[in-house]
Amino acid sequence: MLEFWHDLFDPGTIFLRYALIAGLLASLPFGVVGTLVVTRRITAIAGAISHAVLGGVGLALYCNRVWGWEFLTPMLGAALAAVAAALLIGVVSLFAREREDTIIGVVWALGMSVGLLFLAATPGYVDLQGYLFGNILLLSKPEIYWTLALDAVVLIPAALFYNQLLAMSFDLCFAELRGVRVRLMYLLLLVLIALTIVLMVNVVGIVLVIALLTLPAATAGCFVRHLYSMMIAAALWCMVLVAGGLAASYSWNLPTGPVIVVLAAVCYLAALGTAGLRGKRR
Amino acid sequence: MSTTGTAPAVIEIRDLDFAYEPGTPILHQVNLTIHEGEFDCIVGPNGGGKTTLLRLLLGLLSPQRGTIRIFGQSPTAARPLIGYMPQYHQLDPAFPVTVLEVALMGRLRRGLLGRYDRRDREAALAALDQLGIADLASRSFAAISGGQRQRALIARTIAGNPRLLLLDEPTANIDPGAELEFYRILDELRRQLTLLTVSHDLGFVDRQVDRVICVNREVAVHAASKFDAAAADAIYHHQVNMVRHDHACVCQDCPHHSATRQEGGDHA
Repeated sequence: MLEFWHDLFDPGTIFLRYALIAGLLASLPFGVVGTLVVTRRITAIAGAISHAVLGGVGLALYCNRVWGWEFLTPMLGAALAAVAAALLIGVVSLFAREREDTIIGVVWALGMSVGLLFLAATPGYVDLQGYLFGNILLLSKPEIYWTLALDAVVLIPAALFYNQLLAMSFDLCFAELRGVRVRLMYLLLLVLIALTIVLMVNVVGIVLVIALLTLPAATAGCFVRHLYSMMIAAALWCMVLVAGGLAASYSWNLPTGPVIVVLAAVCYLAALGTAGLRGKRR
Repeated sequence: MSTTGTAPAVIEIRDLDFAYEPGTPILHQVNLTIHEGEFDCIVGPNGGGKTTLLRLLLGLLSPQRGTIRIFGQSPTAARPLIGYMPQYHQLDPAFPVTVLEVALMGRLRRGLLGRYDRRDREAALAALDQLGIADLASRSFAAISGGQRQRALIARTIAGNPRLLLLDEPTANIDPGAELEFYRILDELRRQLTLLTVSHDLGFVDRQVDRVICVNREVAVHAASKFDAAAADAIYHHQVNMVRHDHACVCQDCPHHSATRQEGGDHA
């Protein structure tokens, strides 16, 4: 652990500082959006969106290396693919509800397949495992700025539309009858989920990101009375998990993403047990 | 009790047909007028179209033929004047929200941001107070009893000052004591607005209601006082036993009471 603190400020291991800063910054939208995912029970949709990210990463790397499109960074590709997947699922779910389940599965597998095909066609070495399970070495300074920008893009609408998101998550039909534009808000929510997922892809990876989105919120949900306190508690808890997981993985030379996820899952189960023992008196 | 004829019409349905799929009509040739101040109850078998009729009134479905006017407007336009209470067991029982926050949702308005101001808070608190649960305002919705939750949902509905209240199966899944209390609340509410409930509970119909609206593909209206076993048979298209519910009887050891509760659901 001491080594972690020492290397955190060592210029030679700057990636560690980037990882910590990116993780802490991304924790804010993870708490807020994760809470909406958990209470609205759309974990499967978030899972599909996160897997579709690989399609965007693959496309971006391919265009980058084959056509020299420098502007299309993997993170931009990931964001575009995530938003496209979110809108596709959203539109199908709004206008053909009975197909929602199918489209979730399709987007999930199609995103992965498209990504793998592009990566296979991309010349040079590609760290596929890094994208799938996270690799903090992939982080660089521009990514921190990206994370900051996406923080604002996600948190500002979430704060502005809080009452509508709360009413919609609690009782969709009632919210619609009160004049909330639920379809628009639902698509907005899915886009916010998409952008949030992109923030943590490099830290925990495409496959594991869904756990970090839902577990802190679910853990916080065992102890809170308000949606906003669940959001705040989830964000803080996500920060603790990211920092703790990063320190533990660095100290014991383990992959970061899985350590964070295992830590989050163990704490969630403990919280569930504690809340159960207390009889959910809130 | 009935105000039919003199008061202005709240709901006017003319020649309405509705089907989810062509060829299998759910509602056929429906004509119905409900006047201001009435307390009417929709009854009928499962699949007979009760919920469909409610959804049509809320503008969540559109009829293939015929018209619906509510306060002289289309159902969608009339939504701000309608208070709707869903069956509460459709809601997530563990959702992190307080009783006051639930009541505040009734103050949401069409608009970009949907902030609540001081007047919204006062209206929500007044609604909770009217239902006798102002002291629960800061409690978690998940931690209160079924009857209290039901009252919180009525408070949410009346916080927006509706002129028409639509209640979907309001007595489903609450215990007998809470049910009795619920009737008392409805009796009070009917002085200030028009009430329309959906119910399986024919015993409830008999005592509280002005008119019974029987929905089974077609719609027939009975004055509540004339609603008897023959009328019930007509709704269900076969012989049914009427089960007498005595809601005044709340003593736990009353054998009649426990027997009727079990049969209350299907009336068969």
